[in-house]
Amino acid sequence: MELLIRVLAVLAGFLVLPLVVGQAEHKVMAHMQGRVGPMYAGAFHGWAQLIADGVKFVQKEDITPRDADRTVFRLAPLVALFPYLVVVMTIPIGPGLVAQSLDIGLFLVLAVLGIGVVAVLMSAWASANKYSLLGGVRGAAQLLGYELPLVLAAASVAMAAGTLSLPGIVEAWQPWWLIWQAPAALVFFISGLAEIRRPPFDMPIADSELVFGYMTEYTGLRFAFFLLAEYVGIVVIAALTTVLFLGGWHGPMEDQLGWLWTFLKIGVLSFVIIWLRVTYPRMREDQLQRLCWLILVPVALAQLVLTVAVKSLL
Amino acid sequence: MSDNGERIVPGKGLLDGLAVTLKTLTRRSTTQQYPDVQPDLPPRSRGVIALSEENCTVCMLCARECPDWCIYIDSHKEEVVVPGAARARQRNVLDRFDIDFSLCMYCGICIEVCPFDALHWTPEFEYAETDVLDLLHDKNRLGEWMRTVPPPPAHDVLGEPSKEEATAARKAAGPGAATAAKTARPAAVRATPRTTAPAAAPPAPARPAEPRPSAEAPAPEAKAEAPKPDPRPEADQ
Repeated sequence: MELLIRVLAVLAGFLVLPLVVGQAEHKVMAHMQGRVGPMYAGAFHGWAQLIADGVKFVQKEDITPRDADRTVFRLAPLVALFPYLVVVMTIPIGPGLVAQSLDIGLFLVLAVLGIGVVAVLMSAWASANKYSLLGGVRGAAQLLGYELPLVLAAASVAMAAGTLSLPGIVEAWQPWWLIWQAPAALVFFISGLAEIRRPPFDMPIADSELVFGYMTEYTGLRFAFFLLAEYVGIVVIAALTTVLFLGGWHGPMEDQLGWLWTFLKIGVLSFVIIWLRVTYPRMREDQLQRLCWLILVPVALAQLVLTVAVKSLL
Repeated sequence: MSDNGERIVPGKGLLDGLAVTLKTLTRRSTTQQYPDVQPDLPPRSRGVIALSEENCTVCMLCARECPDWCIYIDSHKEEVVVPGAARARQRNVLDRFDIDFSLCMYCGICIEVCPFDALHWTPEFEYAETDVLDLLHDKNRLGEWMRTVPPPPAHDVLGEPSKEEATAARKAAGPGAATAAKTARPAAVRATPRTTAPAAAPPAPARPAEPRPSAEAPAPEAKAEAPKPDPRPEADQ
C-alpha cells in the first residue's frame, strides 16, 4: 500500500515536473530573447501552453512510414521515456523521502541512463529515413562518448562517499565537497547535458541540417513522448547533479524542509540548463567529440586521482 | 594574444555570453501585443494608399510613374457649359481608379508625383484578404481610406511661409511693398526673442504687415504670435 502511494507520487512528479520545466523553458527563453513567449493558453501568461500542446499532439494522426520497421519504430519513444521513470524512482527528495531506496542506486541510475542511446538508435534506424539515420549515428557517437566522463565523475563522488546508494551519498555529503568535487560536478553536469541531447549538444537533432534528426518521422503522441523525454531528462540530470554534488536536501532546517531544498536546487539547475541553451550555439560534431575526449575525460580522470589522494590522506 | 593585443582569458567569451542573456532576462520584453493592442504608429506610416477623388484630374502621372504598373485609370471627357462663356469647356471625369495592392511595392512615387494631392498615405494596414483578387481596391474603396488619412503636420514656425500665404501677404501690402511683405512672417517670428528679452524694443517696428486690411492673410499673423503668449503686454506697459 505504501509502495503504491510512493509510485503514484513519483508518477505525479514525473508528469508534472517536466511540464513545469517546459513552461519555464518557454518563458525564460522568451525573456532572454526579449520576447514574452506563449500568452494565450490558460488565463495567466499562457501557463497552460504545454497542456494545450499535449491535447494538440493527441489529436494528430499517428503516422508510421511505409518502409519503417513498425514495432521498433513504435516502441522507440517509450524506450526513450521509460528509463527516466526508473531513475526518478530512485532519487531521494528528503531524508527518507525516496520511492525506492537501493544500495546500488547510483549504479542502476547510470546503467539505465545509458538506455537512451538505444532509443535513439531504434528510432533512427527504424525510420527508414536518411536524416534520421545520420542523426542517430551522431547521437550514438555522442552518447557513447559522453557516457564515459559521466560515469567517471559519478564514480568520483561514489568513492568519496564510500557508497553507491543515492541517499547514502547525500548523507555523507559535506559542504566542503562543493570545492573538492567541483571538477567532477562540472564534468557530470556537462556530460549530462550531452546525454539528454540538450543544446549546445543537440547535434543529433540539428534541425538546420538534419531536419529533426532521429525524430524526423515521428508525429502526434509519439513525438510528444520524445519531447516529454527531453523535459524529464532535464529534471533527471538536474536532480542527479543535486543529489550527487550539491548535497540534495542539505540546507537550513533540513529535517523539515529538506524536500524543499532538493526541489529548489533542481529548479536552479534546470534554469541553468535552459540558460545554456539560450546562450550557446550548437556545437559542431568535431568540437563535440573534442570537448568530450580531450577535456572532460582527462578532467574526470584527474578528479578520480584527486579523490583517491584526499580520501587516503583523511 | 588576440589581434588587438588583448590577452585572451579562456572561457571569458562563454561567461560574457551568459551575462548577456541574463541581462536580457531582467529587461522588459519588446513584444507588442499586436492583435490585442493596436500598435502606436507614427503619423507618416505607410499603410494603404487613399484616393481623394475630387482632387484627381486624370493627369495619369501616378499611373505612368508607378514602377509596378499597378494603378489602372479610365476616364472620359465631359462638356461643361458655362453660361456666358464663348464655348463649352471640357473636363475629365474619372471612371475607374484601381490600385492593385498585390503588385504595389509601397514606394510612394504615385503620392509624391501627384500634383493635386489626390493620393495620400494612410497608416491603416489591416486590409489582408483571403483572395488575392480582393487586393484590387477600386476608387470607392480607395476613397473610403481618405477618412483615415491623418491631418498634415503643422507648418514649421521658423520655416518659409507657404506660397499661398506669401501671395496673400503681398496682395495685402499692395503694389510696391512686395519685398517687405514677402518677409512678413519671418520678421514677426524673429521679433519673438527680442520681445522676451527684458530690454527689448517695442514689438511694433518689426511688423511691416500692419497697414494691411485686417481681413486678409490672418494665418501668418496668428502663427507668428502663437509662441509668445505673455511678454507682449508686459513690454507695452
